[in-house]
Amino acid sequence: MLVVSISLFLLPRRIQYPATLLLIVSIIIFSGQVALQAFSSTNPVHISFIRLFGDEIFLVIDQISAFFILVINLTMLTGILYAKGYLKPYLPGKSKKALALHYFNFVWLHISMLLVCMLRDGLSFLIVWELMSFTSFFLVIFESEKASTIKYGIQYLIQMHIGFAFLLVAFLISGMITGEPVGFESLEKYFSEQAVFPLFLLFFVGFGIKAGFIPFHTWLPHAHPAAPSHVSGIMSGVMIKMGIYGIIRVLTFIHTDLLAIGIFLLIISFISGVIGVILAIVQHDIKKLLAYHSIENIGIIGLGIGVGVIGMATENFTLATLGLAGGFLHILNHSLFKSLLFYTAGNIYRQTHTRNIEMLGGLIKKMPKTAFFFLLGSVAISGLPPFNGFISEFLIYLGMFKELHTGDLMLSLLLLGGIVGLVLIGGLAIYCFTKVFSVVFLGNPRSNQTEKAKEVEGSMFISKYIIGFFIVFIGLLPVLILKPLAGVVSVFVTDVSALTAIAPSLQGITISLSIFILVIAALWLVRKWVTKTKPIETGPTWGCGYTGANPAVHQYTATSYADYIGNLAKYITGTRKHFKPIEKDEIFPAPRKFETHSSDVFEDYLVSKPSGKLLKFLDRIAVFQTGNIQHYLLYAIVFMILILVLTILNLV
Amino acid sequence: MVLNPVVIFLVSLVFPGVVARTKAKIVGRKGAPVVQPFFDNIRLFQKGNVYSQTTSWIFQIAPVIYFSTIFMAMLFIPLGKQPALLSFEGDFVVFAYLLAFGKFMMIAAAMDTGSGFEGMGANREAFYSLLVEPAFFIVIASMALLTNHTSFYNLFNNLHLESELSYLIAVLSVYIFLWIAMIENSRLPVDDPKTHLELTMVHEVMVLDYSGFDLALIQLANGIKFAIYGALIFNFVLPMQDYFVAQLVIFFVVQLLFAISVGALESFKARNKMAKNPQWILSLSALAILGFLSVLIITGKIILMD
Repeated sequence: MLVVSISLFLLPRRIQYPATLLLIVSIIIFSGQVALQAFSSTNPVHISFIRLFGDEIFLVIDQISAFFILVINLTMLTGILYAKGYLKPYLPGKSKKALALHYFNFVWLHISMLLVCMLRDGLSFLIVWELMSFTSFFLVIFESEKASTIKYGIQYLIQMHIGFAFLLVAFLISGMITGEPVGFESLEKYFSEQAVFPLFLLFFVGFGIKAGFIPFHTWLPHAHPAAPSHVSGIMSGVMIKMGIYGIIRVLTFIHTDLLAIGIFLLIISFISGVIGVILAIVQHDIKKLLAYHSIENIGIIGLGIGVGVIGMATENFTLATLGLAGGFLHILNHSLFKSLLFYTAGNIYRQTHTRNIEMLGGLIKKMPKTAFFFLLGSVAISGLPPFNGFISEFLIYLGMFKELHTGDLMLSLLLLGGIVGLVLIGGLAIYCFTKVFSVVFLGNPRSNQTEKAKEVEGSMFISKYIIGFFIVFIGLLPVLILKPLAGVVSVFVTDVSALTAIAPSLQGITISLSIFILVIAALWLVRKWVTKTKPIETGPTWGCGYTGANPAVHQYTATSYADYIGNLAKYITGTRKHFKPIEKDEIFPAPRKFETHSSDVFEDYLVSKPSGKLLKFLDRIAVFQTGNIQHYLLYAIVFMILILVLTILNLV
Repeated sequence: MVLNPVVIFLVSLVFPGVVARTKAKIVGRKGAPVVQPFFDNIRLFQKGNVYSQTTSWIFQIAPVIYFSTIFMAMLFIPLGKQPALLSFEGDFVVFAYLLAFGKFMMIAAAMDTGSGFEGMGANREAFYSLLVEPAFFIVIASMALLTNHTSFYNLFNNLHLESELSYLIAVLSVYIFLWIAMIENSRLPVDDPKTHLELTMVHEVMVLDYSGFDLALIQLANGIKFAIYGALIFNFVLPMQDYFVAQLVIFFVVQLLFAISVGALESFKARNKMAKNPQWILSLSALAILGFLSVLIITGKIILMD
């Protein structure tokens, strides 16, 4: 594989892309086959992989791995299909080597993610984990001619390594204390003998940085906008889910003390979900907004898993099954609509060269297909029927509502918290996506380049049709995914009958949503038929009788739309307004500017301020580094005298 | 079963009329006949449409989707012992999210006109409905906690079986639902349908650019929405009634009382300050949490000192 992928550097430009596509497809076919095999058998599939330092390393594929492999493959396929059109404008400006490097890393990101899901051995797992971070880093800095891209790329790489350090320590601790070879398998023994929570916390931080749980999320809103859109789609769609995979994998080895872990997951997911979406609302950069939305969705996934873990701890099998099933399904769902949204955002960026939504507007007329798919993604990500996001949230809801009665006081209160969390996230997501869809696609264009935008070519929509199909399919026929979900959940819970028990509900959803679509269609036809003979006029929008307004300016902006949330949550979003109020005696006011800025309180206090302080401290130390040779000689003498004195005093 | 949507629909035709009539009576006017809004809609259906040049297909499809979501929501409502047409575990989640989908489309449609006023209204609508949503779910959660069921029909039918204390919960829930209905239907004290100033409108300004068939659909849907909430309130207060006719009579009486009380509230209540609306709406969720805590006490999960 390595040889084949290196050959990408040698191929002529023209066949670089087809060769990459071929590579990706062959990886998908190969790994997909194994995954399907693992799905159909109850025991994990073992495949001999390589020999590392004399030990034979196996690929172990159980149903969880298989599920993640399928999700990865689907998104990588749509990603590479989309990359063709998206990269086209870059082709003339990039050298053959730069493109080859991009494709090479693309292929290896795919391979490393697949291996992350399959390896159980500690050393090899950490190697592929590292490989995943590096390949994605190179993918992010594709537009390396921009200084900010490099800056955010490096920031990403540093944060990944902080996570890596936590994982390394966690693996080493478990290996040292149990005396078994370092790896996931040693956790079984560790967790049965030692205190569970501290080591879990180490793993959670390590994997949580990748997944983007608040407060470990600060790399996401910078790396995603910096990366090219097909890469952001993949990173947000599947790569951050590798963090979730890690947490889930660790959870499979924990059998005691689950309640504390469940509550911890529930609380941190609640925070991630609600704060993630609040921060998303105040963004103006469309890709940054989507990045914050990934944090929100990680929160929903975490809510599902947290509720599931609480269910496992309290032996509430219905709660455990439905929570976990909802969480797993949301992993798949989010990979679908988030990649769709990033790809459509890529279309917008390609045609208008801006990501600032305040410069856009009215694109639905210029780019109707893009608008349609963005709307589909928006409705789906807001968790509204009849699309897939609703189904996963429905499963989590149903699990929580069903167990309200049976649990004890604490469980009831926790579940109420979970319900309120999901409701709030849902409402805020609608707020956010009505904002972004409306400001970008509806109304009048707000800038020149937006006015001249044209639809992208048809081939860029192949990937979107594929994703759209799955979004509608899962939304309308959720019964069909019950069986695979039951397989995945059965790794955790032996009795998954709760999933089959809710089949009537899902059938009810299918029936109601089919009626819903029929009603819409029928009503649309009736409307057409009735209004056919009626006079249709067009005119300007009602402007309270004032017709002199500039339609592009006289519109609601994203800033004003977000104002309510910005004010309500100003301690989190740090929204500041800069303007000079009009003085009393100012009869003819001078022209004025109004600016708002928002930041991320976690980034300010957890990343920027500490690293700023560290830099200041290091600056202070740097007074020793004078560049003057006499000084350095003096240091050497002082050091030697110090040694001498210490030796005399018997201190060293 | 088939009858539920039919009677709800019938009520919806005169509901806005009754509200208007009550308001007229209170201020000493004679008022229009209660079927006037219905006639207005028929007239609108016969008219042509005027569209803004700025709008796209979103603007045209939104009323259709909005009406369909509310039509679907109607099919989820049981009436006493009559189960709903669509009834399954978790149906209330579908009910709430369908309504949210309709709202999503109406907000997008308002933004589609490119008007600053309509944007303002859309923004407020999005904000208020996001604030009111938790109250609905917490009330349902208290009922699920009390009855251990998860569908509208079973929730309502088992509400009063457990203990007489549940009537307390029912009263509180009716109170909360009354205000949820007022907010969801853009009535006082959050929104004032009478206002003539675009700056202070919420729902009215969102549909400023609609005309003809589309406007009629929206008005019709609003009526049904009111009747749906009336039906939910009816389900709370209904003493177990096996006689179908008696049930039907009680249903109409409850809806009538609901409409009159909406009219009366509108006549005597002043509108909130815009900036105070969020607190006011959130106080409903706080009340709902009180209800939830009371249910915890009723079910013996919180044990008070004896």
